[in-house]
Amino acid sequence: MGDWKQFNTVAGEVFYVIIAIIFVLVAINAIKTIEDKRKKYTTFLFWIVLAFTFAIGPHVDKMVTGICVVVLAILTGSKGVTQGKGKELIPEETRKHADRIGYKIFIPALTLAISAVLLASLLPKMSGAVVLGFSGLAGLISALVITKAKFTESASEGVRLMDNVGTTGILPQLLSALGAVFTVAGVGEVISSGVSAVIPEGNKFIASAVYCIGMALFTMIMGNGFAAFSVITVGIGIPFLIMQGANPAIVGALGLTAGYCGTLMTPMAANFNIMPAALLETKSQYTIIKAQIPYALVMLLVHIFLVYFLAF
Amino acid sequence: MEILKLIGVVIVIVGFAIKLDTIATVVIAGIATGLVAGIPLDEILTILGDKFLSNRLATMFVLTLPVIGLLERYGLKDKAVDFISKIKAATVGRIALLYQAIRVLSAAFSLRIGGHPQFVRPLINPMAQAAAISQYGHIDEKSEDEIKGIVASAENAGNFFGQNVFMAASGTLLIASTLEEQGFAEATALEVAKWSIPIAVISVLVAAIYYTYFDKKLNGRLLNGKKA
Repeated sequence: MGDWKQFNTVAGEVFYVIIAIIFVLVAINAIKTIEDKRKKYTTFLFWIVLAFTFAIGPHVDKMVTGICVVVLAILTGSKGVTQGKGKELIPEETRKHADRIGYKIFIPALTLAISAVLLASLLPKMSGAVVLGFSGLAGLISALVITKAKFTESASEGVRLMDNVGTTGILPQLLSALGAVFTVAGVGEVISSGVSAVIPEGNKFIASAVYCIGMALFTMIMGNGFAAFSVITVGIGIPFLIMQGANPAIVGALGLTAGYCGTLMTPMAANFNIMPAALLETKSQYTIIKAQIPYALVMLLVHIFLVYFLAF
Repeated sequence: MEILKLIGVVIVIVGFAIKLDTIATVVIAGIATGLVAGIPLDEILTILGDKFLSNRLATMFVLTLPVIGLLERYGLKDKAVDFISKIKAATVGRIALLYQAIRVLSAAFSLRIGGHPQFVRPLINPMAQAAAISQYGHIDEKSEDEIKGIVASAENAGNFFGQNVFMAASGTLLIASTLEEQGFAEATALEVAKWSIPIAVISVLVAAIYYTYFDKKLNGRLLNGKKA
C-alpha cells in the first residue's frame, strides 16, 4: 500500500513535468511566432508561469502557486494571451497519409482509450493521473509506430493542439479549485440552506429534479456546463444527493450531462448553437436551438429519472 | 451576513453570462468569496494555490494532445470522412441518427471526429438535403432550414453525450477531480466514465425516436404537397 502511494506520487509528478514541458514549448512557440510586440511576451509569460506551477509548484510554498494563479488571471484578463502560429494541416498531405495508412490510423486512439480503462480496472491502486499518463504513453508509441512519424513531430503536434485549446484548457482545473474554495468558505451551506426551503427533507426525487434542472438552468445562463457544475454540485448535488446516500460518480456524471441539456437550449453557447447556424446559412440564427429544444427537454427528464433510480 | 458568501457564485454567473475572460472571472470569484468569508488574503492565496495543485488531474488531458495531433496530421479526419460518407440511408432522420451514433461511439474512444465546420457543413448537411430531394422530389425552404437544424443537433448531441465515456476527457476529469477534492475519492475517472455510458446510449435512443418523428413530419408535409 505504502509502495503504491509513493509510486503514484513519483510517477504522477513525472507526468506533470511532461505537461509542464509541453507548456514551455508552447511558450517558446509564442515568442517565435506572435508578431504583436506586447502579447508575444505576455503569452510567453502565461505558459511559463503555468509550467512553473505544474513542475515546481508542489515543491515550494503553496502561496507561491496561489500568486501564480493570480498572475495567470491578470494576463488573460488583460487580453495579454493570444494564439501562436503552428504548422497548419495541409489537406493534400493529410489525404496522402490517409491513403497510405488507411483505417489503421484509428488504432492509436483506441489504444489510448482502452489502455486507460484496462489499467484503471486491473490496477485499482494506481492513481487516475498515473493511469492517464501511461495510457497517453501507450497511445503515443502506437501512433509513432503506425504513422512512422518522428518523436519530435509528436511534440510539435502537441504544441499545435495545446495552442488551439488555449488558455481555457486550464478552466476545468481552475473550476475544481474554485469548488474547493467555495467549500472552505462555506458557500455550499448557504446555497443548501436556501434550497432546503424548496426540497422537502429526504425527498430524493425532488432533490434529483432540482439538481438536474439547476444544472441545465445555470448552464443556460452561463453558457458553460463546466462552470455550472462546480457551483451546483457543491451547493445541491453534494448536500441533497450524495450526503443522502447517492453514488457520487453517478451524480457527477449525470450532473454534467444534465447541464449539457441546457447547452442545447441556449444562445449563450454560441459556439455550438449560433456560429454553426451562420455556417449552415440557416434562415434564423435560432434554427438549431429550435431543433434541439424538444430533444433536450426529453433528455433532461431522462436525467432526473436516471439520477433517482441509478444513484440511490 | 451569510448570504454575502454567494458573491463568488454571482461573479461566476455574471462573468460567464456577459462573456468576461473566464479565467479572470473564476479567480476573482474565488478571492472575493474568501474575503467575504473573512479569510485573510495570504491564506486565500495559499488555499487557491493548494487547490490548484491538487486538481492538476483535470488538466491531464494535455498528455493525449500529442497523440491526437499526430493522428490528425496523418489523416485521421480524412479517414473519418471516408467512413461517414459511406453512410447509406434513405431519409434525413436516419442520416442524422447514424451520424450521431458514430459521433457518440467515437467520442467514447477519444476520437474527436466531428465538428460543424469539418463535418456538418461539408458532409452531413449535403447528404441529408440530397436524401430529402431524392425522396420528395423537391423541398421547400422551411424544410431545408429544419433539416439544417436537425443535422446540427445530431452533431451537438453526439458530441455532448458521448465525450464523458472517455476517461481522459476534460469533462470526466473535471467531475472526478471536483468530487475527489470534496472528499469522494471513490468517484474515480474510471467510475465517472463508466456511469456516463447509460446516458450516452439513451441519447442515441431518444434521438432515434425524435428523428423518426421528424421524418414523419417531413413525409406529411412534402408527400402531401407532392400529390396536390
